[in-house]
Parts: sequence; C-alpha cells; structure tokens
Amino acid sequence: MPVRPSSRRAAFAASIAIGAFAGSGGYTFVAAEGTSYFSDDPAACVNCHIMRDQYDGWAHASHHAVTTCNDCHLPHGDLVHALFVKASNGYYHSKGFTFQDFAEPIRIKPGNAKVLEANCRRCHADATEEITAHGTLGVPTDPTQQADLYGCVFCHQDVGHGPHR
Amino acid sequence: MYMVVVALLAAGGTVLMMMLNANVATRKAEALQTSFKLVDLDERTVDPAQWGKNFPRQYDGYLRTAEPYSTKYGGAGSDGMPKSRLEEDPRLVTIFDGYAFALDFNQRQGHAHMLDDQRTTRRVTERPQTGACVHCHASNTVAYREAGLAHGAPGTLADPFASATAQAQLMTGFEAVGKLPYAEASQLVAHPVACIDCHDPQNMALRVTKPGFLRGIDALARSDEPVPHLPSLGKWRQGDRARPYDANLDASRQELRSMVCGQCHVEYYCGPKTTLFFPWSKGLKMEQIEASYDAMEFPDGQRFTDWQHGRTGAQLLKAQHPEFEMWSQGIHARSGVSCADCHMPYKREGAIKISDHHVRSPLLNVARACQTCHRFPETELLERVAVIQDRTKALMDRAEDALVALIGDVEQAKKGGADDARLAPVFALHRKAQWRVDFVNAENSMGFHAPQEAARILGEAIDYARQGQLAVRDLK
Repeated sequence: MPVRPSSRRAAFAASIAIGAFAGSGGYTFVAAEGTSYFSDDPAACVNCHIMRDQYDGWAHASHHAVTTCNDCHLPHGDLVHALFVKASNGYYHSKGFTFQDFAEPIRIKPGNAKVLEANCRRCHADATEEITAHGTLGVPTDPTQQADLYGCVFCHQDVGHGPHR
Repeated sequence: MYMVVVALLAAGGTVLMMMLNANVATRKAEALQTSFKLVDLDERTVDPAQWGKNFPRQYDGYLRTAEPYSTKYGGAGSDGMPKSRLEEDPRLVTIFDGYAFALDFNQRQGHAHMLDDQRTTRRVTERPQTGACVHCHASNTVAYREAGLAHGAPGTLADPFASATAQAQLMTGFEAVGKLPYAEASQLVAHPVACIDCHDPQNMALRVTKPGFLRGIDALARSDEPVPHLPSLGKWRQGDRARPYDANLDASRQELRSMVCGQCHVEYYCGPKTTLFFPWSKGLKMEQIEASYDAMEFPDGQRFTDWQHGRTGAQLLKAQHPEFEMWSQGIHARSGVSCADCHMPYKREGAIKISDHHVRSPLLNVARACQTCHRFPETELLERVAVIQDRTKALMDRAEDALVALIGDVEQAKKGGADDARLAPVFALHRKAQWRVDFVNAENSMGFHAPQEAARILGEAIDYARQGQLAVRDLK
C-alpha cells in the first residue's frame, strides 16, 4: 500500500516530537538525580532539601549507626509492597515539592506510620514481643488519625531523627 | 491523523517536561545560594530597607509586623486605631491614678508601630519623658554611638561593634541620650527596631546591642540566682570572672534567640531620676526584682519609686513588660525553647529555610510555632492555651478588684482623718499588691509564658490587697 505524503509528514513530525520528549525527559531525569532514588543512600532523601532537618536529625540520632531511611520507612520482605510504598511516597513528595502545596509541619501519613511501626518490631521483636502482643498501633494518640505518632515512636520519639529542639 | 495526535501529545509532554526541568533547576539554585549580596552592609547601615535588598525574604516578614491583628487577649485589633485598655478595663484608671498610664494605655501593635506609637501616646505628648524611652522603641545602636562620639568617646563609627572603642561610644551615648528630653532624643532615631539591633552586618550572626541588656545580663550573671535555662551564665560563673559576662562572646546561638528579644521585652526602670537599668542583680523573679528596687535609692536620696498614687498617696512600682522574666520561670524556657522558636518559627520558602521575621503571637501560627514539637491537632492546642489564659484572666480580675477595693478603703480612711504615718503599713501592702497585679497585667502572654508563676503572683496580689484592707480596718 502506498503511503500518502501527508501521513509520512505526520509520522516524521511525531518521531521528532517523541524524540524531543524522550530527550528532555532523560535530561530532566539525570538533572534531578533520578538514579539516586534507586539507591539506599540517605543523601538521596535530601536531594529536595526539604528533608534537611530530618536528615540532620538522623545524623545525631541513636539509630544513625544501624539504619538508613529505607530501613525504617520502607516495608521489608515484600518487594512489590516496598516498590509500591517507594513509588507512592516519591509521587507525593515530588508533587509537594514541585507545587509547594504541602501543609506544615510535615507529618507522616497513617499508612507510612504502620510501615514504620512494623520496622521497629522487625528488629526489636525479641525484646518487645510481650509488650506488643496486643499491638501498639491499636490505640492511636488521636482517634481521627490526624496525629502522626503511634506505637513505639509515640514515646521513643527521638531515636530516628534525634532530640527535639 | 493518528500520527498527528501522537506528535501533539509528545509536544505537550515535552513542554511539561521542560517546565519540570525549570522547576528542578530553580529548587537546586535556591538550595545552592540562600542570599545574594547586592549592597554592602556595615555598622552604619540602620535603614532596614538596605538590609532587605540582601535578605528580601526576612525583610518581607519584618514589614508584615505592620499588619493589624488580634487574639483573645492581645493585639490592637483590625479596626485601624489601637484598642484602649483603659476603656476595656476602667479599673486600670483607678489603679494608675496620678500616673501617665491613667491617661493613655492601649493594646499592643506589631513591631513596625513601636516608634510612632511612642511618639504619639499622650503619656509622652502630655507628660515630660526622657530620651531613655528610645532605648527600646527605636533602632539606636548607631544613634548611641554617634552621640557617644559627640560626647568625646574614642574611635570612629566604623569600628567593629565588639571593639573597646565602639563599646565606649555606645555606653557614653546611651548615658547622654537618656538625659535628653524625649522630643530631642526622638530626633536622633528614625526606625523602629531594625536588623542592626540583633544582627552583625558582616555575617548576620545574632548579637545583642542594647546597653540596658548588656549591663543587666552581666548583673544577673554576678548574682547567685540559678539560671539553668541560660547555661552560658553558669559557665561564666565557674570561670575566673576576669571580664564581665558578655552575651556576644559567651551565649550560645539558642540563648541569643531569646536574648535578642530580652533586650526590650523585660522589666526596667527608664524614668528621669537615674540611668535606665534592668533590675536583675538579685535574679529574674518578681520578688527578686521588687527586692532590688526596694533596696535602692535614687541619686537624690529618695526612695526608689515609679509614681505616687493619686488617691492613696502610696509610692508605687509600675511593671513594664517582663516577658523575658516570666518566660524564664516557665516550662518552655527550662526545656530549651527560645522566644524565636515560637514567635519567629522556621518556615520554608521553596528549598530555603528561614526564621519567620513576621514576629507575632504563636496563636496566629500554630502549625509552625507549636506543632513542630506538640503533635496534637491545632484546635486542641488552641483550647489548651485558652484554658491557661482564661484562668489567668479570671484570677487577674479578682486581683484587680481587690486592689481597687483597697484603694477605695484607703481613700475613705484618709477622708476620716488617717494620716500618712499611720497609713505607712497600708502603703507598703498597696505597693506589694500593685506590683504583683501589674507584673502579670503588663506581661504580654496572659499567663501563658509561665502559668503557675502567674497564678502564684496573682494569689499574692489578692492576699496583699486584702491584708491592706484589714490593716485599714484595724486603724480605728
């Protein structure tokens, strides 16, 4: 079937446009240090500068020597769940930082709080399983789930991000 | 046709991608350099607009202190004219009888208004006041140093603030300006509190510059009063004390985040009879300040007093605005929380973090001021504050009632022929009750800065006022 000249022109334009999209997308990805987000390096979390307080606090906290951001803030043992949590947080963080439309002070969401709690118990279960036999997340400090600290970190507030000022 | 749609979608996607790229570049640039030096600042640059060219974000906040605001117990409201506290609470007219505060006493406004408010209050326009008043209502570092140079202090205005010559200029000028009539001193200053009063123009480090504070904090350091919330005083006390305590050398940045405010938000004497001073030589508590006043005489040999009450004739004390002192007795100070943590909390603009220079009540900014530490909903936090302030107000109402009742009883007794000699013990009780009521009333937090301390002071006020009434009754 002979190709009509107008279709060939459209195909040419489309391939140029797709090329431009791929090129600018690739450039932006590299400029925004996109590959760093696949690493385990806490420095990636301060790429966006907003987490500077949390990052600095972590450097002064007791868990500094044994955990990175991912150890506490990503689920472990289920790769699909872990990737989903990372992607969802990545989406909300990028959206917030780009559009500057997030509420201060930054608060952990209930879903992420559950991930965090599971990670406390993942390492400390031996010492705490009798304390937590009936769960620690069952009694949130705020029934509306607007407050962000549940379970272990309700009291052990400074183990991750250092002492409060 | 299909290919045209693909081309258009890809083109639109590219536009969005380029926008995202520009946004990423902006955020990166913001983080790379947080300030741009457009003008040179030095020890002669008083005008905040010049500093604002280098620090526009902070300057924007500073300008916003001009905005009207009100909270339940503070703020001048948003109707243009400041609210009169005398109309709000006519008992104050009786309490301050014979004193300028019975003429004109308004709710506070933001920092931007401090100089205009002082120049136009009837306390200044209708009663003679001294140049000491500009110590806290104007940016005066340069004005003092210029006056010091005019009075023979060594060096030049370009000397670094910490140098011995600059300090000599500052103190000489402070003494000289304080002796001028207010109208003359007011000509020497042009701005309300400004950048240079709290920041080093070279590196923006926090610093204290007001002579009253420099002397007052040294006096406090030399006292035996424990000040665990100001640890650098403790360290200085353990040293050889070879030089005075110098906040600009000894204090931590976190301490300075309160001390810069304590340059003015304090109790002080600024009347005509002696040089302005902060009464901290025995400590910061209400009765320690009272004791240092009671222990002193004016240079003319008379008893230290702010005014003689118009109806009773008692020689009384007026509290200024002892926020620094009240905060010092509270849980926040003891926990290492500075004034700036709540009144100038950190905020983000893009990738930049700055302290909010729109100094104001934390109640107008709960998310940043309170919730960074207190992880409870905003409504709950506001309710907690309201409980503290409502309780303080209820107790203060009782204290004012008691004081007004005492004043009435003394008036009656005087009409009945009681002379000042017989009334002397009553006058002493009037002085104590007045000082205590006013220490809480003049303090700008309605008890919040130290709830239990405020209640303790008001409890004593009520007791002394009622004791005074009993003493009047027993005169017969």
